[in-house]
Amino acid sequence: MTTSIVVENVSKTFRYQSHPTLKKVLQNRLRGDRSNQTFKALDAVSFEVPQGQSIGLMGLNGSGKSTLLKLVSGVMVPDEGQVLTRGRISGLIATGAGFHNELSGRENIYMNAAMLGMTKDETDSKFDDIASFADVGRFLDTPVGNYSSGMFARLGFSVAVHVDCDIFIADEVLAVGDRPFKRKCLKRMKEIRESGITMFYVSHSAGSVKKMCDRAIVLDKGKVGFDGDVDEAIKYLHYDGDDEEPDGEESSEDERDDALANDI
Amino acid sequence: MSQPVTDAVPVEVRHDLAQVPLAPPSRTSGVLEVFRRRYLLRLMVRREIKARYAGTAFGLAWSYINPFTRFLTFYFVFGVLLGRGMGLQNFAIHLFAGMVLVTYFTESVTAGTRSLLSNKGVIGKMAMPRELFPVASMLVSLWHAVPQLIILVIACVLTGWWGDGPLWVPDVVGMGAALLGFLLIMVYGTAAGLMFSCINVIFRDFQRIVQTFINIVPFTVPMMYPYHLIADGDRIPIKYHDLYVANPVAEAVMLIQRGFWYPTCDGPCAVDPVTGATLPNFVDDLYSRGFIMLGIGLVLLAMGQFVFSRLEKTIPERL
Repeated sequence: MTTSIVVENVSKTFRYQSHPTLKKVLQNRLRGDRSNQTFKALDAVSFEVPQGQSIGLMGLNGSGKSTLLKLVSGVMVPDEGQVLTRGRISGLIATGAGFHNELSGRENIYMNAAMLGMTKDETDSKFDDIASFADVGRFLDTPVGNYSSGMFARLGFSVAVHVDCDIFIADEVLAVGDRPFKRKCLKRMKEIRESGITMFYVSHSAGSVKKMCDRAIVLDKGKVGFDGDVDEAIKYLHYDGDDEEPDGEESSEDERDDALANDI
Repeated sequence: MSQPVTDAVPVEVRHDLAQVPLAPPSRTSGVLEVFRRRYLLRLMVRREIKARYAGTAFGLAWSYINPFTRFLTFYFVFGVLLGRGMGLQNFAIHLFAGMVLVTYFTESVTAGTRSLLSNKGVIGKMAMPRELFPVASMLVSLWHAVPQLIILVIACVLTGWWGDGPLWVPDVVGMGAALLGFLLIMVYGTAAGLMFSCINVIFRDFQRIVQTFINIVPFTVPMMYPYHLIADGDRIPIKYHDLYVANPVAEAVMLIQRGFWYPTCDGPCAVDPVTGATLPNFVDDLYSRGFIMLGIGLVLLAMGQFVFSRLEKTIPERL
């Protein structure tokens, strides 16, 4: 069995204020308070992912999920420890991030695919799939600045899921698009997963993690709180409904996602 | 490892990664990576060019209109109002040849300095060699030098046609000199772009500082005034002459003037209006200076890459 991702004792520190003015710096110096200007977003995180496994990454807001994804995708470099990966990485952390509002959907597809590491021939051969998946119709040659937000997201998503990758990173997939599109996305993700691609799936929805993943990692204030079986991870997070729900909307949202996950 | 139970799709050959070594996902080979990803670079350059005049009715014509009006302004102020000619033949060509390179340089430095900050949406989210951004903005500026070069060639031909001087025929040495001038600006522009772009992310006042100094550049090169004003030592002490000609932009400007302006002259290009004595057109050792500066520029480029790779690690979190 080949290891796909190795995360070894990784820490990442951020500063609260990345661009303090000169005045602020001097004030702090004079007061002698230099502490408390940094915080650890990730603290000695370690795990390994074998090829083909589908991992659910869970945790409350601010627990370091996005930072971990950025480290695995190579956008950021860890301060301590190391992250090692095998093969090409694609994902949904950045749907539509490279889009240029003045350019048409067609041009943006080529651009975004190239940013994700695809060659021209590869994009040419997959172009029809990408365009039909995004389903923007005649708007394909319209500048994406004129797109509705749903269309924009669909186009970005569509490029990302068609990259021939070895590691697929999915962050909050269900946050975009309407219900039919969400269903299509989940179906596509299932295909990706079944084709033996290592998947890194981030979601707050317990139901979809249960459906999509073989293993779950729960981050808790930058540390690995739990690593193992998905059901136990959900219990660990009290996402299983034992906890009293503060309001009804959240639970109904969860149910909808669960229903979606069941659909596919 | 769990294999899907139903309709198990075998792992494709492409996904058999046992032979591929584990590597940090962010590993790049610096500026060389730009050559490996030239398809992406080409798309990025094309995107910038297209987006620049997107939605305007005149489109690419603006690339001709802007330099042309700037040229007219300078020509009227320096050529007609203040001492027409100053002993130079075809002052307009002398001026415009220099402007092509100076505009290219100032554009690539200012755009390069901003390149990382203006692409922060992508940089914070996608992993790709970040050297691409300053290099792409240098190439976009190069692309915008092409219309100016076309105007320059037309001006040279027309001057030869209607003027008293010989017909403008490009010579091998002159074209080589002009090419060397372009190379100098490319190398120095890229080196500056690499260094300044990441400094600008960390210290955001930097682009204002660059903007302040870049406005001085057009006046530090012999295009609005002839070179012999600097060389004769009357106005500026002669010891500063060495400093003046050590400026790579001044060197590049003289090289391109050698290619385009010099062949249009009838007899000596620069003559003292009072005594009629021949004056120097360019610095001595124009070519050997050019090659030495190219060498220094390549060293600077390597330094720029070093600075960039040191600083770029912290860039995504500072954007």
